[in-house]
Amino acid sequence: MSINLLNLYQTSPKSGTEKPDLKLVTQPLSTAQVDLQTLQLGDARALLGHGGAASTPLDGESQTAYLQRVIDLLCDLSLKDPLTGLANRRHFLAVLERELSILARSGESTLLLLLDIDHFKRVNDTYGHPVGDKVLQAVAACLRSCVRPKDTVVRYGGEEFAVVLPDCHVTFGMVIAERMREMIQAMSVAVSPGVTITITMSIGGSYAPHVAGSRSAAWIELSDKELYRAKTNGRNRVCIDQPLLVEVSPEEKNQLFVDFSQNDSRWGGSFYGELTGDASNTIEAPASDPTHGGGQQDRPANNRENVR
Amino acid sequence: MTGVVISAPAPLALNSGPAPLAGQAGAVGKVLAVTSGKGGVGKTFFSANLAAALAKRGRRVVVLDADLGLANLDVVLNLHPNVTLHDVFTGKARLEDAITQAPGGFWALLAGSGMVEYSRLNTDMRNEFARIVTALATQFDVVLLDTGAGISDVVLFTISLANQVLVVATPEPTSLTDAYATIKVLAMQQGRREVRLVVNQTSRVGDGRAITTQLQQVLNRFVVNAPGKAPGQAMKIIHMGDIPADPAVRQAVMRRQLLLQMLPGCQASLAVAQIAAKLEEVTVAK
Repeated sequence: MSINLLNLYQTSPKSGTEKPDLKLVTQPLSTAQVDLQTLQLGDARALLGHGGAASTPLDGESQTAYLQRVIDLLCDLSLKDPLTGLANRRHFLAVLERELSILARSGESTLLLLLDIDHFKRVNDTYGHPVGDKVLQAVAACLRSCVRPKDTVVRYGGEEFAVVLPDCHVTFGMVIAERMREMIQAMSVAVSPGVTITITMSIGGSYAPHVAGSRSAAWIELSDKELYRAKTNGRNRVCIDQPLLVEVSPEEKNQLFVDFSQNDSRWGGSFYGELTGDASNTIEAPASDPTHGGGQQDRPANNRENVR
Repeated sequence: MTGVVISAPAPLALNSGPAPLAGQAGAVGKVLAVTSGKGGVGKTFFSANLAAALAKRGRRVVVLDADLGLANLDVVLNLHPNVTLHDVFTGKARLEDAITQAPGGFWALLAGSGMVEYSRLNTDMRNEFARIVTALATQFDVVLLDTGAGISDVVLFTISLANQVLVVATPEPTSLTDAYATIKVLAMQQGRREVRLVVNQTSRVGDGRAITTQLQQVLNRFVVNAPGKAPGQAMKIIHMGDIPADPAVRQAVMRRQLLLQMLPGCQASLAVAQIAAKLEEVTVAK
């Protein structure tokens, strides 16, 4: 059975100095066999669990298919947090980069939430680390139940979590984060027979920046600032850096012009009339009359005298 | 394959792009964005003639037609270069080959008709755009970015590459509203602390100053001191000057000539020259 990837390492039969012909390289040239016996798969199998799915090829499974399966399992492993099964920090950073490049194209808004369990140290100190781990697992399950399949829930580190919510409209982010906070607060974790504890989380969030040269680090920092704000404002709350939907309200519009028509006599109160009236009164009109070329610059072009 | 969802990281991901120019406090304002909010207020006319006026003052100036969707600097300048910005973006030409000598002693980088498809910018294009602007800034004393109308993400991105922003408005309610909206977005989204306002087609002396004062007052009331905003988010509108309504402008545009070349002594030309002098005083290193 040939492994296509191996062909990438083979020189083109034409010459070793020429640019490799891509067509040739991607076509299997060799019938080289991968001998599973000579591959050092021991560590990989150990990582994936002895006696587990990866220990030996399944019945009828080709060596390629088996190797592919081992690689896939290893990839999965390298992206997951072992305790909670959530995405780990490595996966998280890759998702953020991907999101930044996708939304540069789509212009959609993506929300990044950072969530931290309040006073987690007390849980560990009071009940011990195994209980702490149990709480982390419960939080992970709870957060996962709050989001859509396309959202990514991450164990960012310690008792800190992150959720990436692509295509999340700016008017919904707060609602979703608030729901997570309430679900966590309502959850009780059994720590020993007859003993349950409750916890709370502080949540900070921000939408992906749309400014040139945005970096994922800057985005994380924005959310982190909001998390800090949630913590310092008393914990068990959500703070989101709400993007400003820039609108010009009717009130603003009115104030933009009010002084021209009312207070400045030079406008003669006819500001709107002059400018929204006959289009021929505007700057373009006089050009149709050659006598106006250059000679009357000091006269207002929208002076009615100029229009015959 | 399993559901491994790491996409191949783009080699030109946002963290490897050129350093953004925006927000370089105290930097020499050599990259200037000319924007307006509303279209048809004479933005491209102003960019071209401002470039000529700065060139006359001995500056090496390049104008980049950043109105990617509806570029018309070529129309104003009557230039039809074989190589355009589009060719640079698609890798068909080098940047230096796309820089065209324009009448009026400055250079121009024209968008090219193929740019119509770029009504949105992807990450690679943003990085390429930023790279081009950075490269131009090293070669020229002044880089003018003639943006499109509106406040689309392309326009806002272009402005984010500039260290100075010139807003062109006319004394019409619609233009002032759009100029105000633009300034508001720049204050709120990009954290800009100042923009420069040029009022085009004024009919009376003092119009521009009155408009600037009015815009500033509304901005102070609704943006700077808006509830929930941290104090000190000041945005200053600096009045750069007025261009009086002048029939010569339309003649120059119709003849596809620079006003500064056709009628250098007319009111509007003198006004542009004056703005160039003022701009040089405050933004261009001596």
